[in-house]
Amino acid sequence: MTRWLLIGVLIALPALADESAVKLKDGDGREVVEKNCVACHSLDYIAMNSVFMDRKGWEASVAKMIKAMGAPIANEDMPVIVDYLTRNYGKP
Amino acid sequence: MHFNRREFLKASASGMALASAGSLANAASDSLVGPAALPGGALDASVLDSLPGKVPLIKRSYRPPNFETPLSYFNEAYTPNDAFFVRYHLAGIPAVDAASWKLAIGGEAAETPFELTLEQLKRLPAVEIAAVCQCSGNRRGLSDPHVPGVQWGYGAMGNARWKGVRLKDVLARAGLKKDALEIVFDGADGAVLEKTPDFVKSLPLWKALDENTILAWEMNGEPLPPLNGYPVRVVIPGWTATYWMKHVTSIQVLSKAYTGFWMEKAYRIPKGKFPLIDRFISQETEVNTPITEMVVNSLITNLQDGATLPAGKAAQVRGIAWDAGSGIREVDVSIDGGASWRPAELGADLGRFAWRQWTFALANAQPGNYTVMARASNRAGATQVLDLVFNAPGYHNNVVQRLNVKVA
Repeated sequence: MTRWLLIGVLIALPALADESAVKLKDGDGREVVEKNCVACHSLDYIAMNSVFMDRKGWEASVAKMIKAMGAPIANEDMPVIVDYLTRNYGKP
Repeated sequence: MHFNRREFLKASASGMALASAGSLANAASDSLVGPAALPGGALDASVLDSLPGKVPLIKRSYRPPNFETPLSYFNEAYTPNDAFFVRYHLAGIPAVDAASWKLAIGGEAAETPFELTLEQLKRLPAVEIAAVCQCSGNRRGLSDPHVPGVQWGYGAMGNARWKGVRLKDVLARAGLKKDALEIVFDGADGAVLEKTPDFVKSLPLWKALDENTILAWEMNGEPLPPLNGYPVRVVIPGWTATYWMKHVTSIQVLSKAYTGFWMEKAYRIPKGKFPLIDRFISQETEVNTPITEMVVNSLITNLQDGATLPAGKAAQVRGIAWDAGSGIREVDVSIDGGASWRPAELGADLGRFAWRQWTFALANAQPGNYTVMARASNRAGATQVLDLVFNAPGYHNNVVQRLNVKVA
């Protein structure tokens, strides 16, 4: 588990690098993507994985975040996120 | 420091680039943030940026930090600590206090659980070994078709001298029960969310007991950098870096296969596609198996695709070659796109787990366009592949490079 949170001798470092320059493309659903994804990882993960995934690929990526990584993404947010990623970072 | 690709190329052209990157200034297609074959979005999102204690590295992602070593540093026999790549799966990066750090050794198949402080660990007999530390997914960004994940170019690796204590000596003190099967490592890094699987890895007992498997506290004669596992990390020469647990705090001896996400679901290769030598039998399934040892590979370090060399002058192709510990037998170089090959001259042997530097002389090069390739073979008879062995996670990319180089 997140041992470093529980034991006094280990503390989490503050942000190592300034990621504020990372900006997602404008588009419907952008705020929903930011709200759901940014807690665990910087948003450059999205641009880095573009452009080569189609809708199915982005669906699988978001599903992995929920099922494998435990991301608390609301059911109603899932299609909004997939739509945004497919439209802005997806392979037609 | 913060450059994007375009700014850095501009800087290169106006002579501002690092001296060691001189030949890169001419690069037409590859750039300082990676080969042109990386996904466009990955290249656009990559910048040279500094982490604490590090020179500017190629940023693939900020958080968790995934930063790779720029090509010019691979001209050195050992990768400087401040240029060594950084790879984390989860965003909880620990600041470990060495004075209060403890390593807990135990588990169901250990007779006598115990703890070690750093001082106690350092009092055990130490060994030093030179070894390549390479991410399983190094060169993933070159996969064709592209696959999701960190889009690494060539730089998710480094060669260093690792000093520490043999893991088998530590395990002997814990006393292994007869049914000991796997050794499980956990580190001080962690996830942001409670529900995210912690990064935990296991080794088969036989590999944990290998005399080359060590718990290292030193790298190139210095304490491990904070972003490379301080104060102690596991070093498994020959195997990909996924097992080299950083900031290790716990070693558990299990009598059954460990089933966490990072063993059961991640870091697996399809069975039958790669020349697997080191098996991890307790983790194998019908269709896949954990990645284990590195495949034989090489890297041209003084040229990038699109480079220009001066005509009529002696020039060199330089590089490195490595494998999982059989040792490099030969590196062959072609300058005509693979039609003919000649052997490169191998440099000093720094140990069978280290990379081997090599040089290939180009005397009196005539003007023209050349396709430069380098192909390493090891003493076990394995050779790099010409065509990608595609696999969905993008591991084990040892495709022979093809660099277009102009002599003018």
